[in-house]
Amino acid sequence: MNSVLGVNSVRFIALLLVQVVICSNINFLGYVNPYIYIIFIFLFPIRDDRMILLLSSFLLGMSIDMFLDSGGVNAAASVFLAYVRPILLKTSFGMLYEHQSIKFSNTDLGSLLTYVTFGTLIHHFILFSLEVFNISNILLIFKKTLFSSIFTIILCILIVILFSRNKK
Amino acid sequence: MQQIINFVIRNKTFLLFFLLFSIALALTIQSHSYHRSKFINSANSITGGVYGLSNSIDRYFGLDKENKILAEENKQLREALLNLNVSVSGSSIDTTYSDRIYRVKTAEVYKNSYSMTNNYLTINKGRNDSIREDFGVITSKGIVGIIDNTSANYSRVLSILSKKSRINAKIKLTDHRGSLKWDGSSPHYTQLEDISTFAPVKVGDTIETGGESSIFPKGIGIGVVESFEKDMSGDTYTIQVKLFNDMTNIGTIYILENLDRTEIISLENDSNE
Repeated sequence: MNSVLGVNSVRFIALLLVQVVICSNINFLGYVNPYIYIIFIFLFPIRDDRMILLLSSFLLGMSIDMFLDSGGVNAAASVFLAYVRPILLKTSFGMLYEHQSIKFSNTDLGSLLTYVTFGTLIHHFILFSLEVFNISNILLIFKKTLFSSIFTIILCILIVILFSRNKK
Repeated sequence: MQQIINFVIRNKTFLLFFLLFSIALALTIQSHSYHRSKFINSANSITGGVYGLSNSIDRYFGLDKENKILAEENKQLREALLNLNVSVSGSSIDTTYSDRIYRVKTAEVYKNSYSMTNNYLTINKGRNDSIREDFGVITSKGIVGIIDNTSANYSRVLSILSKKSRINAKIKLTDHRGSLKWDGSSPHYTQLEDISTFAPVKVGDTIETGGESSIFPKGIGIGVVESFEKDMSGDTYTIQVKLFNDMTNIGTIYILENLDRTEIISLENDSNE
């Protein structure tokens, strides 16, 4: 239990720093940034209490908002993602989730990709809707969601594979 | 009572989610609607420290460019100084009235964003350096924004690339005034609105600050007219302004403090009552 807590705390701080120092300054094509901090929510231990996941996602989103001066948009999107995570897990992993036996380090790539893709799309859509905050700019919202999602999904998958498959 | 407690226990995840989501939503709405969002901002010692650390590594990569900007600015100032000497020496000006009105301080930009709808910069001077809210921020080329939040050692600047920003501006040649806004699309262009159609606008005209507010003095460069069109009512022009500043790349800034500001504000408040 202690090591799980330790791993997640380190992940929390590392992802926060990487996000605000590197990832939010990429601005590819002027506005495309990856939001890799949601890996923390993706990889949070499944058997742990959902209340803790909600609270820690809120804290992570809020910290990101503080660094990026974005009000509460990252907090809202993270909390929402954390809340719908069980549904995502069920749809992408099916039986494995029912048996509470998902290990992100050795699931097949297809399920992982579905899981990360849907999660990222939901998160980014809420993030950019709240950030633009204007229904008449719906096209801009979709454009930002699409391009940033592609960037985030690729980076997330790469990071998850890099950091978890080495224990074999 | 028992049932209420049972309900709360059964739905505790949803209730917690609802609570946290509402807090986040409230903060978002507050940051969009009020001129100054107080609660969550990057002008504090934690964020300032982290950004300062990354900036201390980052700035070595921009030294060459920074040098060129400084040399260019030196050249301009020297030219202005030489020309000033020539014109002053002939006439006698009463210097008691030309006391300085603006105090200038320099600061370094720790964080700069330009891809969101409301963009902010974090700089490394704060209340301890007597920086206060509503001071103007410029670079050697043109305006950047207005100080919007301060902590002991850091401040946050509301960039002109923000939907909340309104800056009084005019066409340099004709003194027609309007307000400068941003539509959120490109960090290289802003929009100047409410310019009367009687104004003879030409592509390439210079736009500068109007000096009607106490924040910026008159005549600080903003940009040039890229294109213009009549707005829907047909009475006013909306002008696309190409900024002098590259807002995506700002290293060192100047902060302008209007020394008469408190006097101006108290006068305005008196006359409003």
